[in-house]
Amino acid sequence: MASSAKSTSFTAVRKSVQMGDEAARLVTLVFAGGILLITLLVVAVLWDHSSLALYKFGFHFFTSQNWDPNSDEFGALPFVYGTLMTSFLALLIAVPLGVGAAIFLAELAPPKISSILTFLVELLAAVPSVIYGLLAIFTLVPFMRDTVEPALQSTLGFLPFFQGQIFGVGYLTAGVILAIMTFPFIISISREALLAVPREQREAALALGATQWESTFDIVLPNARLGIIGSIFLGLARALGETMAVTMVIGNDPSIKASLFAPGYTIAAVIANEFAEASGNLHLSALVALSFVLFLLTMVINGAARLMIMATSRKGA
Amino acid sequence: MQPKVSSMSSPSFPTKMHIEPHSSGAANTPTSKEAKMRAANLNFFYGSFQALYDIDLEIQANRITALIGPSGCGKSTFLRTLNRINETIRGTRYTGEVLLDGVDVKSQDVTALRRRVGMVFQKSNPFPKTIFDNIAYGPKVNGMTSKQDLEVTVEKSLRRAALWEEVKDKLQKPASALSGGQQQRLCIARAMAVDPEVLLLDEPCSALDPIATLKIEELLFSIKDQTTIVIVTHNMQQAARVADNTGFFMLGKLVEFDRTEMIFRNPSKKETEDYVTGRFG
Amino acid sequence: MTLRTRWRYLVNNVMLALTGFCTLLTISILFFILGYLVWNGFTSLDLAFFTELPKSPGEAGGGMANAILGSFMMVGLATVIGVPIGFLGGVYLAEYDGGWLPPVVRYTADLLNGIPSIVLGIVAWNLLVVPMKTFSAWAGSVALSLILIPIVVRSTEQFLRAVPNSLREGALALGANKATATLTVVVPAARRGILTGIILGVARIAGETAPLLFTSLNNQFWATSPNQPTASLPVMIFTHAISPYDDWHRQAWAAGLVLLAFVLIANMTARFVVSRNAS
Repeated sequence: MASSAKSTSFTAVRKSVQMGDEAARLVTLVFAGGILLITLLVVAVLWDHSSLALYKFGFHFFTSQNWDPNSDEFGALPFVYGTLMTSFLALLIAVPLGVGAAIFLAELAPPKISSILTFLVELLAAVPSVIYGLLAIFTLVPFMRDTVEPALQSTLGFLPFFQGQIFGVGYLTAGVILAIMTFPFIISISREALLAVPREQREAALALGATQWESTFDIVLPNARLGIIGSIFLGLARALGETMAVTMVIGNDPSIKASLFAPGYTIAAVIANEFAEASGNLHLSALVALSFVLFLLTMVINGAARLMIMATSRKGA
Repeated sequence: MQPKVSSMSSPSFPTKMHIEPHSSGAANTPTSKEAKMRAANLNFFYGSFQALYDIDLEIQANRITALIGPSGCGKSTFLRTLNRINETIRGTRYTGEVLLDGVDVKSQDVTALRRRVGMVFQKSNPFPKTIFDNIAYGPKVNGMTSKQDLEVTVEKSLRRAALWEEVKDKLQKPASALSGGQQQRLCIARAMAVDPEVLLLDEPCSALDPIATLKIEELLFSIKDQTTIVIVTHNMQQAARVADNTGFFMLGKLVEFDRTEMIFRNPSKKETEDYVTGRFG
Repeated sequence: MTLRTRWRYLVNNVMLALTGFCTLLTISILFFILGYLVWNGFTSLDLAFFTELPKSPGEAGGGMANAILGSFMMVGLATVIGVPIGFLGGVYLAEYDGGWLPPVVRYTADLLNGIPSIVLGIVAWNLLVVPMKTFSAWAGSVALSLILIPIVVRSTEQFLRAVPNSLREGALALGANKATATLTVVVPAARRGILTGIILGVARIAGETAPLLFTSLNNQFWATSPNQPTASLPVMIFTHAISPYDDWHRQAWAAGLVLLAFVLIANMTARFVVSRNAS
């Protein structure tokens, strides 16, 4: 009897332990599933609130340049244009510098120097956006206004991009600050992609008599190509959604101008400026519709970037 | 001249081994004047860890030299000092001399040195390029630009690596499409494409099946009239089959270096005997 | 040396110099930011900054005591909301991998991480500001926690995965069930890494501004409860920096210095913890 009772209690304990195990799995499952739910929630909220404006203006919403809350007229084009233009300018500056720096840190620099510099790049990535904006207002804007833009105008002024009045704030300044903010991303992810290239690839090239640069450029870079493109996409997604620093230097003018010196506007900036004080449901809905566009843009670009980065890191492993 | 007995046909060892004797008496000893490369008093360090101790070794021209020993004995490290590829690993340094044709490799331009001293690695490492571009890479960085010259070189190298017939119709296919054994022969062909005077092979067959291994060994025989070969192997039968001279490394020291038949039939050191008869490692 | 070899080495060295210059340029930006901010921030920082409320626009003096407290409160609340969700989600991804759900969640977490923070602000606004009919610290905290969750998920997963399988098997071989093994062996083994991820995430949300603009809004006075509009340092920096008043600019510099100091110290602490863990 005693032994049977003991074995029963042992089974009971085993059973409760198993149930505990199952409960633990379920609890973590719920929270992991919560992440899916949050993402679905984001889509639902954006969809729900943007429908009013999208229904009223239809496709015209994306082609109209007229943004006038007072007369309930909302056209998204100046913001879409400003967002794409500033991000394009940012990549134009950040890609060569960022990939160059990544090559230096991963391949060419002495290891000790490289690890210190990499740490500093990571710190740079941690600086909050609003602080970039604060500094830009008081340093970059006057510098662009008084030095860079006049110089560009006097040398390349025959091009339409470099004509017109100089304000200091505008597309170009926003592009520069975005470039500064995207470097750290491009650098650190490109660097990881380069480091994931197997050592044997470098050695094979060197053993054929290639110089360090030849081995890097001919062999390592093609190996890491996808990861580097992924890092650029990630930088692009970041630039598209970047809000504070851009809001502080773009000039906040909802119109499309050829000149890069002209003040403009971006999607994120107009949401930041107008959302809290939106004048009515239609205005709110138009702002949410803009954010929906921004969401879709960054999702597509991020999704592609993640796939590319996953592909390279798997190959390296 | 003794009658030639193919060492390929009787790979068993150690007692029944037949080694092809060298034609001239002077070349029979590893310390002849035909030394293509020579290491003298070589001490090698990874940071504070000493991996090689006082290595003195001569690599004879147009002979196959095998380096054997238990893992971690320093044989690969030694091989990798011969073309200075160890320099790419941080914290490495060495004292002593490595000579190529009597000239210290340290005093030579490193890219020129590596063109003269080619290398094949343990794991086949084709570049993510086409078969053609893999072979053409070495000649290209070394200044060959004409498309015609490159085509000739690629075909010649692939023929020497006995790979031409298998790949001639898919030169523009990615090298990754080849089988493991083919990839390794491609890497040998790639190394041969710059006409190296010395070819270093670091356990080139360790990931290959016996048939692929046999093909590579045949390949080594066929190129040794043009190239001096140094092969690191953990496979003693392979050393016995292919090598003219064999060096036995243990714990960073060169225990014994002699003609291969001597190492396997009549080693002078107890450690060598224990190792080649399988009593060690 | 042949002319060609000379040329190849020249290219090699020019590229070394060029890429090195790229790196130096990027790094010099960090030093410029630090230098400029420390210079302007220190001369603007005084005791009043930490103890007093902001003065009316244009009036000199005052401080940002309410914003400092507001930031601490909202970051703290966001941590309390976001860390458990992120941590448990990360445990699921690392320890209960298999099937279709984990890869989907993983990818979604990465996507969530890439959503512009201002968009997450709109979601929090919809969830809390609309039904409560007021801007509040709660809404701000939820917005910040939406940013924090994916960061914690991915870093928790990553560090749990780094725990060698032999440890798990060792615990299971002793008769522990999976939950016990995870809780008593695997998580403790990864705790420094997980903590590092959390600190980095917290440092990130402490500097976030955009999602607070229309969730917690701002407040010139003390918020007496989390149901009220609440001031925060990042929003204060924004409003003060774009204002026309010199004394507000001074305050913005001081706030910028305090915020950056917090973020960088948190980052360095986190990386110090990790590097100790790695060695």
